[in-house]
Amino acid sequence: MKAVFLGTRGSLASPGPETARYGGNTSCVAVQGVGGTVLVLDAGTGLRRLGALLSAPLPRVDLLLTHLHLDHIQGLGFFPALYDPEVEIHLWGPASATQCLRTRLTRYLSPPLFPVHLRDLPRPERLSFHDVVSSEEFSVGEFRVRTAFVCHPGPTVGYRIAADSASLAYLPDHEPALGVPNFPLAGDWTSGFALARGADLLVHDAQYTLEEYKDHVGWGHSAWEHAFAFAELVGAKQLVPFHHDPAHDDAFLDGLLARYSRERPGLPFSVTPATEGAVFEVG
Amino acid sequence: MSQKEIELILMRQLASYLAMPVFLVDTDGTLIYYNDPAERLLGRRFDETGEMPVQEWSTAFTPVDEAGAPLPPDALPLVIALSEGRPAHRRFGIRGLDNAVRQIEVTAFPLLGQGDRHLGAVALFWEVGT
Repeated sequence: MKAVFLGTRGSLASPGPETARYGGNTSCVAVQGVGGTVLVLDAGTGLRRLGALLSAPLPRVDLLLTHLHLDHIQGLGFFPALYDPEVEIHLWGPASATQCLRTRLTRYLSPPLFPVHLRDLPRPERLSFHDVVSSEEFSVGEFRVRTAFVCHPGPTVGYRIAADSASLAYLPDHEPALGVPNFPLAGDWTSGFALARGADLLVHDAQYTLEEYKDHVGWGHSAWEHAFAFAELVGAKQLVPFHHDPAHDDAFLDGLLARYSRERPGLPFSVTPATEGAVFEVG
Repeated sequence: MSQKEIELILMRQLASYLAMPVFLVDTDGTLIYYNDPAERLLGRRFDETGEMPVQEWSTAFTPVDEAGAPLPPDALPLVIALSEGRPAHRRFGIRGLDNAVRQIEVTAFPLLGQGDRHLGAVALFWEVGT
C-alpha cells in the first residue's frame, strides 16, 4: 500500500512560506492499495488536494474520521466527490453516547458554519454513515481496518490499516502519556498499544516538545519524546511524527529532527516527520 | 499481551492520583488495579500482587455487618455493580489483616463504555471510623 500525506498540520491550517515544506493543511492521509482501493484518513483541509492525486474519479471513497474536531473535518465541505452524484461515499467515525455520526457532522455541514445542508447534496442517499466502536473490524476493498478508542478528549478512534502483510497505524491525536509520570507503562495499560503493535508505519501525534507539553497536559496530544517511547513500546518499524503544531515552522521542525537525531541515536525504528506531499510505500 | 480498553486505562490513571482507595475490576471480577490508598486495606502493594482473581482479593479482608457477622459477597456494592449492572452503596465494616474492624462507606458503579460495552466496575472506599 501507499500512504500519501495531504495534510500534516494539527489544530489549525497554517499556510505560509515558513510552513511550505512540512505543510500548512490539517490532517489528511490517503492510503492507496495495489487493487485500487482508496481510504482517506481524516478530512482536514488537506482533503481538498485529493482530486489532484487521482488519475480518474473514484466510484467509491471511504473517509475514516478519527474524531470530529474541526481540524479533522473542515475539508469535508470542499471535497468535490461530495457534490458528484456518481460517487458513493462512506463516512466512518467514532460512535458517541448521545448522537449518531450523521447528526454530529450536520453541525458543521449546515448554516451558519457552512452554506450547504447535508440533505441538499445531490443524491444524499449515496452517503453512508458508520458509527464505529472500539475493537471493530471491517473490510474495504483489499484493506482490513481495525479501530480502537484512544486517549483524546471526546470520542476518538485510531485506525490500523492492513493489506497482505503490510500495516499502517494512524493515531494523529493521541495522548497516551496522560497521567503516566514515567511513560510508558506496560503495553496492556497503554492507549493505542494493540492498534499500533508491530506496525510497519506508525503515523503518530507529535504536536509538542516535552517543554511545551508541560503546559498542555490533557489537551489530547503528545510530545515527540512520547511518540518515540510509544513507537519503541509497540515495536513499530517506522515512525512518522504528525499533527505538527501551528507554531512550529519548517526551521523549527528541522531543528527538532536534528536535535532528536543527536540525542536519540540508535533508535530501533526510523523517524521521518510528515511533510505535505510525502509518499510512503508501506510493507 | 492484550490491551485494556481506554476507559479502564483512564480510570486507572485517575485513580492513581486520588487520595481515597479505589478498586477497579474487569467483567470477570478480576481486580485489575488498586491505587496506593487501597494498598493499606489489602495490606499488599499492587506492584507486588499484580492482578488478582475475585476469589483471592475478596478474601483479603473480611466484610462484616453492624453486628459483626460476615457479609456474603453478593451483598457487597462492587459485586452488585458488576453482577447487576447498577450503582450500589453500603456502609459496613472490614476486618483487616491487623484484626481491627474499620467502618467504611463504599460506592461502586459499573463501567459502561461507548457502544454500550460492559467493561467492569469501580469501587470507592471511604473510611468513616474504627
